[in-house]
Amino acid sequence: MGHDLALTLPEIILSVAALALLMVAAYAGDKAARLSTWLAVAALFVAALVLPGVTAPGGIGFDGLYSADSFAAFSKILIYAAAAVAMIAAMGWFSCDGVYKTEYPVLILLSSVGMGMMASAGDLLTLYVGLELQSLAAYVLASFQRKDTRSAEAGLKYFVLGALASGILLYGVSLLYGFTGSTLFSGVAAGLANGVSTGELFGIVFVLAGIAFKVSAVPFHMWTPDVYEGAPTPVAAFFASAPKVAAMALLVRVCVEAMGPATDAWRQIIIFMALASTILGGVAAIGQPNIKRLLAYSSINNVGFALIGLAAATREGVASVLFYMTVYVAMTLGSFLVVLRMRDAEGRPVETIASLAGLSRSRPALAAAMALFMFSIAGIPPLLGFWPKFAVFNAAVEANLTWLAAISIATSVISAFYYLKIVKTMYFDDPAPAYEPGRGRVEAALIALAAIFVSPLGYFAIPWLDTATRNAASALF
Amino acid sequence: MNALGFPILSLLLAIPMVAAIACLFVSANAARWLALGATLVTLAIGILLWLSYDIGGDQWQFVEYAPVFGRFAWALGIDGIALMLIMLTLFLMPICIAASWDSIRTRVPEYMAAFLLMETLMLGVFVAQDIFLFYLFFEAGLIPMYLIIGIWGGAERIYASYKFFLYTLLGSVLMLIAMLWMVNVAGTTSVPELMAYDFDPQAQTWLWLAFFASFAVKLPMWPVHTWLPDAHVQAPTAGSVILAGVLLKLGGYGFIRFSLPMFPEASAQLFWLVMGLSLVAIVYTSLVALVQQDMKKLIAYSSVAHMAFVTIGIFAFNRQGLEGALIVMLSHGLVSGALFLCVGVIYDRLHTREIDRYGGLSNNMPGYALLFMVFTMASVGLPGTSGFVGEFLALVGAYEANSWVAFVATTGIILGATYMLYLYWRIAYGTSRNADAAAMPDLSRREWALLAPIAAVVLWMGVYPESFLAPMRSDVGLLLERVERAKPAGDAAVTRGAAPAAAAHAEPAAGAH
Repeated sequence: MGHDLALTLPEIILSVAALALLMVAAYAGDKAARLSTWLAVAALFVAALVLPGVTAPGGIGFDGLYSADSFAAFSKILIYAAAAVAMIAAMGWFSCDGVYKTEYPVLILLSSVGMGMMASAGDLLTLYVGLELQSLAAYVLASFQRKDTRSAEAGLKYFVLGALASGILLYGVSLLYGFTGSTLFSGVAAGLANGVSTGELFGIVFVLAGIAFKVSAVPFHMWTPDVYEGAPTPVAAFFASAPKVAAMALLVRVCVEAMGPATDAWRQIIIFMALASTILGGVAAIGQPNIKRLLAYSSINNVGFALIGLAAATREGVASVLFYMTVYVAMTLGSFLVVLRMRDAEGRPVETIASLAGLSRSRPALAAAMALFMFSIAGIPPLLGFWPKFAVFNAAVEANLTWLAAISIATSVISAFYYLKIVKTMYFDDPAPAYEPGRGRVEAALIALAAIFVSPLGYFAIPWLDTATRNAASALF
Repeated sequence: MNALGFPILSLLLAIPMVAAIACLFVSANAARWLALGATLVTLAIGILLWLSYDIGGDQWQFVEYAPVFGRFAWALGIDGIALMLIMLTLFLMPICIAASWDSIRTRVPEYMAAFLLMETLMLGVFVAQDIFLFYLFFEAGLIPMYLIIGIWGGAERIYASYKFFLYTLLGSVLMLIAMLWMVNVAGTTSVPELMAYDFDPQAQTWLWLAFFASFAVKLPMWPVHTWLPDAHVQAPTAGSVILAGVLLKLGGYGFIRFSLPMFPEASAQLFWLVMGLSLVAIVYTSLVALVQQDMKKLIAYSSVAHMAFVTIGIFAFNRQGLEGALIVMLSHGLVSGALFLCVGVIYDRLHTREIDRYGGLSNNMPGYALLFMVFTMASVGLPGTSGFVGEFLALVGAYEANSWVAFVATTGIILGATYMLYLYWRIAYGTSRNADAAAMPDLSRREWALLAPIAAVVLWMGVYPESFLAPMRSDVGLLLERVERAKPAGDAAVTRGAAPAAAAHAEPAAGAH
């Protein structure tokens, strides 16, 4: 028992920190918001330090319910880092409007605990509990600006559709349990080993549908643009980064560990979702006038590419998914940090793409950073965003899915169009009214850091990231 | 390392890169001087590179290797073919910078930075010895060119920049998948090793087509050439020079470096496809060029026709064809670049590219008319200019491969003469149609300094092409050895005769004829 608890030390630290900060919120009120944000960041940092599975080998806890392997460790580091950045970004953004509440870091911490459980789940029920903890915190975060009707609408929409997805997922779990006789991933895999029955197939489909909602893969993506647009921008930045990583890690783990013997069954579903996401994520974004909606479609598009690595269903493929999510998080958070700085002369947030016009003349550094992020998400070499695409296509080719790689790389040209549109607006168009001068040195430093990471200098990180992702992926094979 | 004791190729890539970043932080005038200085220094290093290149030595020289990126390496090295294309790039760059001296007035630091970045990326394509490093450089060139067209271009610049970017991107992405497949099968990312690897002939067809999609768009070949007239017309003068001078050559270089040696069987199998498209290009785009009213568009269409000689020469599978194709590439790089500069000279004065607005320029601009005449003749292929050497060799090679190809391609020479002379007549001869055109001053000293060196090299290449052929001869020989097994039989059945001229030529590799 002591060993089991030691494995969950990061979750314990985060839970205790969340509860303690909740007390701070209750007694000190919003005055302590900044302090508790930094404390929450510190808690995430400490949790990352004590993660099992990074240097020392981790292990399986609670008789298989919870696995603290290198795969979980890699995902969690990414999740914690993204959550920390989302918190820091929120602090500056909400402070401008004077409504930053102390509950915000608490909710992010609770959500992080849930995401950690998702990445570590070894059982369908651990999976569900983790997912719900993450989601419940997220519903509240989406409607965090209580006085803004768009925010409330986003929260409600997210909740209703999320509840539906949870129901679908639970139904799939019950089917898998009923037909294989176990909720443990290893037990499900054993049940699937001698052929997939119709009932099990239905279970697989429903479970995948439920998780696809969380990664916002087409055709379960409808909520994404609405929620991103309505939610406060830092919350949208959070939604686009950490929970995506967690849900993707969960999806990979369920597919490989629980459904490994039924690869042929789920591969078709994943391939369909991947291609549908890359195509729809490319086409639907073209007409968007709102930058947050555009980034929402961009995240759908990117999830599609990451799923191609999963479709390979090999160690190389899983490693490429992790690689993809790492670079994706850097690019997405970078772009959102730029969006957070979009405020007109009176300090009101602006979200239209048209307002970016001529940014290269009024704010050359900010425009250059955004252009780097856009070219990078489009996957144009020599920016680092090209490399994760390279990795997933390479995994697909190695798994004899050359046709899939060929089709999906052709769809990447569609999405290149709207990323180019942002660059065109910033560099070719006549200047629109300038934004207010940027405040917040921490955010500026984070933007610079992300820009350097996605610049060609990031290529020097490839050998290191390759080793780390392959090491993490070996935990599943 | 290499004979020089320092990594000269990395240095060549680093200087423009560093200068590009530095340009962003200085004033407009400082950026101009910095860019000119950086390009001249790289040109000087390039001359050193040429002088220390050992003709007839190792196939790959100045090799550098650093496995810093995990799955691929910083592997550089050049052969004679790459050397000549590098020299072309280095030679044109200072001219481009100087050509933009007065005509670019807005956002000068960014403009110079984009050009220097472009130089690094183009050089990178020629020196890369790792297939993925090649792809990185090849694709990355889209970004600065997109910005150059989009920011400093003409009225329709945004449409042209999108078309350029997306067209070439769509062309190249399938090549990446083909590369992944090849590396997966062959187990190496090194270009020299892949050039020696024998792929399964059936797979070769698919791989060849994937590479063809990319290089045919870049070259460009009919019918995927439509991005070129738009991009040329909208780009600023120096942008057109780089586009015509070097970027189009990346396609030809790709055919020589990848398609031919890596997929010899597929190249022979799809001989008809390349020849068919090239012949259509020669006849059709020449006719289109004939009816253009816009000078830049006319030269852009003539580029498509000239590049078709390159593809005919490359896929002729013989020495004359290949050497001819290479000389056409070098010659076209110089001549079309110079022609775009000539257009730029009068555009800067009258701000129109309409041919009808000009006329009788030889009266008030005799110096300009002289140089324009030299480049027109070089484009037509008059003996004594570089154009003649390249097109003649390419046609000899084409005749050996297929006499009908040679027959149709030769009409391109006549058509080429028609549209170019017609252009020259309308602009330089007759009486001036407009008073403002008649009042234009002759070339300034800066413009002389831009055009005279190109004219000198064009004549040099026309009179003594051996200087340019010598470094490439052994590499062409190796390439021919490689594709010998798949060579399609020609219908002309050329037999070797007693050729006294051959004896007069001191040819070290004469046995490979």
